[in-house]
Amino acid sequence: MQALTDRSKMVDRKPMTFVERLYLWNIIKGMRITFAHLFRKKVTVKFPEQKRAFSPVFRGLHILNRDEEGRERCTACGLCAVSCPAEAITMEGAERKPGEEHLYREEKYAAKYEINMLRCIFCGFCEEACPKDAIYLTETFAPANYKREGFIYGKDDLLIPDPKTGK
Amino acid sequence: MADEQKLFKVTIDNITVEVAPGTTILNAARLIGGDIVPPAMCYYSKLQGSGGKCRTCLVKVTKGSEADPRPMPKLVASCRTTVMDGMEVANITSPEVVDARKSIVEFLLINHPLDCPVCDQAGECHLQDLSYEHGVSATRYEFKRRTFDKVDLGDHIKLHMTRCILCYRCVFTADQLTDKREHGILGRGDHSEISTYIEQNLDNDFIGNVIDVCPVGALTDKTFRFKNRVWFLKPVDAHRDCENPKCCGKTVLWMRGDEVFRVTARKDQYGEVEAYICDTCRFEKKETSDWVIEGPRKINRHSVISQGHYVGMVKPQETIVKVMDGRAPKLLMDIHRVSEVNRPEIDLSKIEGPAHSDDFKINGVHPQ
Repeated sequence: MQALTDRSKMVDRKPMTFVERLYLWNIIKGMRITFAHLFRKKVTVKFPEQKRAFSPVFRGLHILNRDEEGRERCTACGLCAVSCPAEAITMEGAERKPGEEHLYREEKYAAKYEINMLRCIFCGFCEEACPKDAIYLTETFAPANYKREGFIYGKDDLLIPDPKTGK
Repeated sequence: MADEQKLFKVTIDNITVEVAPGTTILNAARLIGGDIVPPAMCYYSKLQGSGGKCRTCLVKVTKGSEADPRPMPKLVASCRTTVMDGMEVANITSPEVVDARKSIVEFLLINHPLDCPVCDQAGECHLQDLSYEHGVSATRYEFKRRTFDKVDLGDHIKLHMTRCILCYRCVFTADQLTDKREHGILGRGDHSEISTYIEQNLDNDFIGNVIDVCPVGALTDKTFRFKNRVWFLKPVDAHRDCENPKCCGKTVLWMRGDEVFRVTARKDQYGEVEAYICDTCRFEKKETSDWVIEGPRKINRHSVISQGHYVGMVKPQETIVKVMDGRAPKLLMDIHRVSEVNRPEIDLSKIEGPAHSDDFKINGVHPQ
């Protein structure tokens, strides 16, 4: 039968020689490999202190954008939710009242906006679908959490701070 | 028999059909059906005198009739041109018509705002479909679009004049369906606008039908305003015994869970209502108990409204209860307990107009 790989070896059933019976030689052989690895370049990084560079197309945690005057851009049009293959996005729209023009850019806005990060697959379709430049995927990971409840991101988690007041 | 009506033979895009004299080219095409039906923004088969305004239904008549085979010199509006015996019409087979339609869409969109993300009509808007199919993706218009203030027409109807394409359908509806028409078109040319003189309220039993008839989002339902997007709602056929003798009571309920978000008349494949409904059915019956639900409405699968509605889908059964001797699976998280959206305390469908920031307060406090 033809061998499946070229590294196959016949089992050697010869009695061991004196050096082999000492076992020391084999241990030295093994330790040589171990010490050789000590001086090689490490493939891991010390994560919290050291970070790997993100790919330019990395898609991480979502943010809801504001315009240069600090008004929310989202109009609750639902295109992100309809394009979401994981059905992670839900929202409720509301009408802007007179006097709220400094808060919301358009006459309609998202009163509630929620992304279920347990469902999200970070495909970025929401970002692509958004006609108002309101949702973006950043170069940050969604942070870990002890409880599942912490992965339901509301508007207070997603909205970026107001560029004017910084809050 | 002498009084037997002679049928006219008309060929539209190489398909021949025999129709009664007096039929328009558009209606002859609708008898054939399919892709060759010219789109129509202003023509409405249930409204007398409609048509001839928007020019989207332009077709080329390549042979006038058997008696006079000369082609018509210009493209004609198929909703207003009646057929002649032996007429040959080119619609999608004529590049001239396709090109003209593209220009017409561009003209219709000159003053139309790009506010589909805000507009409640998005998803069922004829202008959206039309520009998607026939239009260009970008505008060449560089000037200021005409804008108007939003007007409340009565308690239940919101008029966005900016979105209007002046199809006159609502004017005909009010004229023919209600006792007295209170709105019409004021001004001429670029200045023309739908208005009630001195912003008079519209209170007629059937005035709500102008919402269904409007091909764009110019006339929208205030009780549904900004509540939800049409493609997140589930349309179901329903009926009730309406006290109004003129109302058929057959409607479509747009539901989410058990909530009725809005009520509309049933629309056929050309977006025309099958029968008009009264305002009581449309605006005041927002409880499931008011209606006898017949079943889900069939929506064309190319429509965004059909997203998430699967036909013939077998839902996988929960097997854990069976395997675990009747014990229910342990839920690690109940999303309804955590989620801020869809709170049981806030019933959006019951709010009279659009929701405002106050409506989301629970016991006077904003939860977020």
